[in-house]
Amino acid sequence: MASAEQSLPASKHAKGRLEFRRSRHVKEQIIEALLLGAAMVAVLTTLGIVFILVRESLSFFATVPLWQFLTDTEWTPLFADQRFGIMVLLAGTLTSSAIALSVAIPMGTVIAIYLSEFASDRTREIWKPVLELLAGIPTIVFGYFALFLVTPLLQVIFPSLPGFNLLSAGLVMGIMIVPYISSISEDAMRAVPMALREGSYAMGATRLQTALRVVVPAAFSGIAAAYTLGISRAVGETMIVAVAAGQQPNLTFNPFDQAATITAYIVQVSKGDLPYGSIGYQTIFAAGLTLFLLTLVFNLIGFWLKRRFREVY
Amino acid sequence: MSAQTAELTAIRKMIASHKRRDLMFAGLGFVALGIAFITFVALFVDMLVDGWPRLSAEFFTNYASRRAEQAGILAAWVGTFSIMLVTAVVAVPIGVAAGVYLEEYGGRNWLTNLIEININNLAGVPSIVYGLLALGMFVHTFGFGASVLTAGLTLGLLILPIVIVATRESIRAVPNSMREAAYALGATRWRMVSDHVLPYSTPGILTGVIIGLSRAIGETAPIITIGAVIFIMFLPPSPINTDFPFVSFDWLWSDFTALPIQIFNWTSRPDAAFQANASAAALVLVAMTLAMNGLAIWIRFRLRRRLKW
Amino acid sequence: MDSTFQRRAAALIVLAATLALAACGPRSADQTAADGGAAPPQVISLDGSSTVFPISEAIAEEFQMANRQLRVTVGVAGTGGGMRKFCRGEVDIANASRPIQKEEMAACEASGIEYFELPVAYDALSVVVNPANTWVNDISIEELRKIWEPQAQGVITRWDQINPAWPDQPINLYGAGADSGTFDYFTEVITGKAKSSRGDYTASEDDNVLVQGVANDVNALGYFGFAFYVDNQAKVRSLGIKATADATPVLPSVASVIDGSYMPLARPMFIYVNTKAYERPEVKQFLEFYFSSVGRLAGEVNYVPLPPRAYDLVRQHLAEGRVGTVFRGEPATAVSIEDLLAKEAGF
Repeated sequence: MASAEQSLPASKHAKGRLEFRRSRHVKEQIIEALLLGAAMVAVLTTLGIVFILVRESLSFFATVPLWQFLTDTEWTPLFADQRFGIMVLLAGTLTSSAIALSVAIPMGTVIAIYLSEFASDRTREIWKPVLELLAGIPTIVFGYFALFLVTPLLQVIFPSLPGFNLLSAGLVMGIMIVPYISSISEDAMRAVPMALREGSYAMGATRLQTALRVVVPAAFSGIAAAYTLGISRAVGETMIVAVAAGQQPNLTFNPFDQAATITAYIVQVSKGDLPYGSIGYQTIFAAGLTLFLLTLVFNLIGFWLKRRFREVY
Repeated sequence: MSAQTAELTAIRKMIASHKRRDLMFAGLGFVALGIAFITFVALFVDMLVDGWPRLSAEFFTNYASRRAEQAGILAAWVGTFSIMLVTAVVAVPIGVAAGVYLEEYGGRNWLTNLIEININNLAGVPSIVYGLLALGMFVHTFGFGASVLTAGLTLGLLILPIVIVATRESIRAVPNSMREAAYALGATRWRMVSDHVLPYSTPGILTGVIIGLSRAIGETAPIITIGAVIFIMFLPPSPINTDFPFVSFDWLWSDFTALPIQIFNWTSRPDAAFQANASAAALVLVAMTLAMNGLAIWIRFRLRRRLKW
Repeated sequence: MDSTFQRRAAALIVLAATLALAACGPRSADQTAADGGAAPPQVISLDGSSTVFPISEAIAEEFQMANRQLRVTVGVAGTGGGMRKFCRGEVDIANASRPIQKEEMAACEASGIEYFELPVAYDALSVVVNPANTWVNDISIEELRKIWEPQAQGVITRWDQINPAWPDQPINLYGAGADSGTFDYFTEVITGKAKSSRGDYTASEDDNVLVQGVANDVNALGYFGFAFYVDNQAKVRSLGIKATADATPVLPSVASVIDGSYMPLARPMFIYVNTKAYERPEVKQFLEFYFSSVGRLAGEVNYVPLPPRAYDLVRQHLAEGRVGTVFRGEPATAVSIEDLLAKEAGF
């Protein structure tokens, strides 16, 4: 080997190395382009969705003024007397999501901390899959579970609870979202190096103190990502609310009422009998656009929070 | 001396109260897990009690029928299986590639931020909007029609954000020292990623894939929107046939139905016997999810044991 | 080092090649036949109303079992969705729980699609109460209007407000979701204007939920299709319908629909057949089977079959190529079987 190297003229040797570097460089650039292409798929999908939503909504807003859309207090595009107040559907979406998240975020975080900091390896490796199985149950099954099991149970506690209500749908939705939050948070927490924990233990902290003051802040970006995903999931959930909360639009923030969410309404109309191109049909795009903008706002907030509070270690 | 004892007692009290809080939290965690578990068991038992009697060999090999006793899920489970295949093939490579780009190649510039916001936003778009998008784009513009391919693409796009988020988080978890070691040895960026980062982030990526596929398998609304049929008594053509080139992709273009649709249809029938069918079909769906999850979980478990830093 | 990359690159190329093969699209029937394989037959596609679905499904099932080499699919995109696909030529046969509307007629004309309008059966919308309801056995259209009209929202909340003979108890309403043909028809007939209804009732697209609601609530009143009433007669009780305040009340049944006495809540169901699709032999065969077996099968799925001469008329229309609709884009309200037959005969 050494003799062969020595026998090559120096310029040829250098040239070979340069060529090798160049070809490696070209390969690298191709790979980077491919990866960028994959990432752009997300942007293209968004563009496609926005394009479709906006195109149909434009013809909707040509007929219904935006001001009326935002402030009217009834949503009855399917009835003879058509009113288009998106607040009605938004109320349903926000109420059911709030209920769901008030269950999912505490429960999910507690479970994540418990599994990551308190539980033994074996416990963790058993429970993590069990939780993920919860995420695997189809949402219609959850919907009928809410309607036929949870609602009657709740009616024992609250006898005046109607058959369709937001509370039951919200609670079940919350439990459905727990695996999303707990799994991703737990992954983030597990990734925090043991060194940080050991430092904390060395100072005499208990597991809870270490978890809350060292691990959670260190894993904040992952936990925030999990929360954002959970919120988006809650706002975008369709079948559970469509089945258990009813499909009658109702301007209310009261969990004990029946109401329709934006998603339940879209499903109802797109499965239904309205002629294509009619104003009733176009409402699903206007409603969809509203939902899209709502999730965008939540995501921007979450993005900003992550940037501000991220820890680098 | 007494001051010291007083201080010691105070300290011991503090330690005891902290330990108590520790224990209480452990209890809380246990309770939280318990609630999730009880829900799961209640759901499962409910489905089991209703549906188990209906599970038989004929249930899997019969097509749907208007007579509850004869109705089976053959077309449905084959459809679900085919769609999941396409979904995985679409979502996993693109999702992992996108996650890798955003974490390793993207800088702190406007493009990366834009992509990141986009992805998080897409995670919240309701599945039916994906269905509407797919209807316009895949069914009509691209001309794929209401086929297995369209369904797979739609669901693949739907779960793409989940895979990307999970990939990013798991890549971020790999310590920088690994990357620096690779660079120090003269590796190019791609070589570093593929040999040093990806192997360690595979468990986390698999988490995202598991959650994503579990979500996709139970989706009803987008598949109905693109035109899945409810009644179908034939299967997509077999991918393996006797003439060249022995592998056929005709099954991608076939009409189809899927388990969630079958369940949804059966629950809305007047004949009460169909409720049992619906429960049985739901059991099968959950079992399929379990099988998918089980495989990925096992792989992740094996890989995770080797991780220590 | 490079060998790993080369292996992966090779795998990528293989993948790309197979995808390219796939991208070539489905093999045409001729291509497959030339290769010696069996050409998969063209699918006979139906789509549309969820109310008509059980009938079409029953027939499609029998047809498939008797003709394994042919292929039939039935979707449930709703009457509106089905008509849209139909007028784009995406589906051969549209199931419709109402006649084609004016906008849809225009769309079909714009795409150059001509169609046969073929009535297949009748549905009897049933008004039901809880079995423990002791005070009402029949109800007039006028009383129903008082209950369901938009002005009743928040106002009519107790039984005795409608009829003083009824008790002073709350009335809880259950009905079809606002995006269904059932809703359109019921409101058209009861309040005089389609989709004109109060909004404060428990609405559901899934009639099983309505059945459960009425069955569990002694103060309930609901409406849904005949099939759901028949299958749940132990849980709910149907009311006799009085067309006017002093008419004889008529309970929903196959007989009362056929003799035209169950008015106006009996409504016709249709299928629309693309004339071009009808030129295909398998579609002709399917339709022939359809109209020779619908009389038997409609009853099996709890719809009201038309009398045999109705189906003879339908076959005659098909044979003579009478395209278009007899309803001119209007809804088919209070059209008894005899009226329908008269219309069709005169078409």
